[in-house]
Amino acid sequence: MKTLRLIWVGWKFHVKSLTLSGFFILTSVLQPIIFASVAYFMFRAGAREGTLLYVALGAGMMGIWSSTLFGSGGAIQWQRWQGTLEYCIAVPPPFLLVILPLTLATATIGLYSLTATLVWGRLFFSVPLEVAHPVAFIVALPVTVVGLGLLGLILASTFIMYRNANALSNLLEYPVWLVTGLLVSLSLLPFWVGPISWLLAPTWGINALRDAAIAGNAWPEIAMCLLLSAVYLVIGYFALQHFERLARERATLTLT
Amino acid sequence: MAVSAVARLAVVAVVEAHDLYRTYRTSTGTLRRKWHNVEAVRGVSFEIQEGELFGLLGPNGAGKTTTIKMLITLLIPTKGTASVLGYDVVKDAREVRRRIGYVFGGERGVYERLSGYDNLRYFAELYGVEPKEIRPRIDYLLDLVGLKGREQERAEGYSRGMKQRLHIARGLLHDPPVVFLDEPTIGLDPVGARELRATIASLAAAGKTILLTTHYMFEADALCDRIAVINRGEIVAHGTPAELKRDVVEGAVVEVEVFGLPDGTVERVRDLNGVTSVSIEEREQAQLLIVQTQPEVELTQSILGTLDGASVGRISRREPTLEDAYVTLVAEE
Repeated sequence: MKTLRLIWVGWKFHVKSLTLSGFFILTSVLQPIIFASVAYFMFRAGAREGTLLYVALGAGMMGIWSSTLFGSGGAIQWQRWQGTLEYCIAVPPPFLLVILPLTLATATIGLYSLTATLVWGRLFFSVPLEVAHPVAFIVALPVTVVGLGLLGLILASTFIMYRNANALSNLLEYPVWLVTGLLVSLSLLPFWVGPISWLLAPTWGINALRDAAIAGNAWPEIAMCLLLSAVYLVIGYFALQHFERLARERATLTLT
Repeated sequence: MAVSAVARLAVVAVVEAHDLYRTYRTSTGTLRRKWHNVEAVRGVSFEIQEGELFGLLGPNGAGKTTTIKMLITLLIPTKGTASVLGYDVVKDAREVRRRIGYVFGGERGVYERLSGYDNLRYFAELYGVEPKEIRPRIDYLLDLVGLKGREQERAEGYSRGMKQRLHIARGLLHDPPVVFLDEPTIGLDPVGARELRATIASLAAAGKTILLTTHYMFEADALCDRIAVINRGEIVAHGTPAELKRDVVEGAVVEVEVFGLPDGTVERVRDLNGVTSVSIEEREQAQLLIVQTQPEVELTQSILGTLDGASVGRISRREPTLEDAYVTLVAEE
């Protein structure tokens, strides 16, 4: 119960902190417009399979991933810069319970990006917003957010250790868009991309959302996303423990 | 007398550091990186008794912050052991964290976009304060540090002193028995620093065990029961302020105001027989040459002879202070 309360309070704290950032708000307004445009023009130019909503959902998910990636990584770096990282490390609870609410908060903020992308798509490009299975869609949405948040957790553990891990977040934005099928259909990519994409929760999340929106069976994908989330949680727990100790050994918790 | 002896027997070491070492690995160059080891702390040992206010005094870069970070579990010692309330700072880090509060000097370490209250609320949760106790506890601490009425403002608008007081409140949220204060008055204006010292004194009076690091001699003198002077990673002296003063009280200090101190003066003065330490303080248009001498030695004329005819202002001779003791200890190294 205490653990859940800590996650809940931490999540609220970080959501509030993130939404008060001018830069974060600016990118949250601009990015969805760009993503909605990308989705629309790709759909028109490519004569692709699926519907316009199918593509728009992928574009919205790109926003969630960007938010998680830069939010989780950027927030750790920001905390290091503003000197709060040391205060957060030296508290009694396991570091997982300090960082998990933060990564969940960044993924939640990303939900706004998905919503805004769909709304802009509807307003500017007449993307239809009818969802075939609303219940599955509503379930798939938080499951996907949790999956992304937990993937962010694993990334965050490396940010604890390395002062310049920002480069990693730049490096990972586009590959994950591609490998999870957000940007283009996986069938267009080399066969070896498939197994990699199966290991990533966003792949199953976006498939679940698309199936729920376009009359497919989303539940197996939702289950897969949850399963991978549990695996990420375990990996994240051990990775954080390991990197936290290394950071205390190598003195990388501060900027200097 | 008997009561005092019994009380002394009951004294327990709350913080223990045994032969602590901490080495940092740093590199220079980009393509051909050269790695160097920097020994920040070299064999530091001390004990702090229950309810004691212990000062760790030293110049910048002496190893004070590194020592405190090892004790609060933020750094793992390269060698040696340390414990707080019997818990090892490496093996039982979680148990140590539950029982300590710590405050670093400076303005950093605050969630700037959120209010002071939000900051305290979040850390109260992290320190496991019971939900129903959070609000009264925060109210009490806001009162204690003088932030009552400003708690709903964003921390980014706080002055340096207010942020510092917020740090103190944060460090006391879970009412820890042991408190570590790392240069808490650094950068504060004189009034703010005095208020903070009064807060520290009240914590000591309330029975907290406190480790205070500072490079202000008068601060250590005013607050601490015992002091350890650290320089270049090693403890060079320790004792009560009175004991440290006693070590240098036999002697005198000659101060000479010089306009345009010639090069090499410090070395020439240091070579004079009977000189124990030499330091310089920069003044607006002059330098103050401070020379500590052995007792019953009159060196004023000899000192003036080393100045190569430079223009001299005020000359004075006085008894040594605790600050002189500190300068001597640090200069000796």
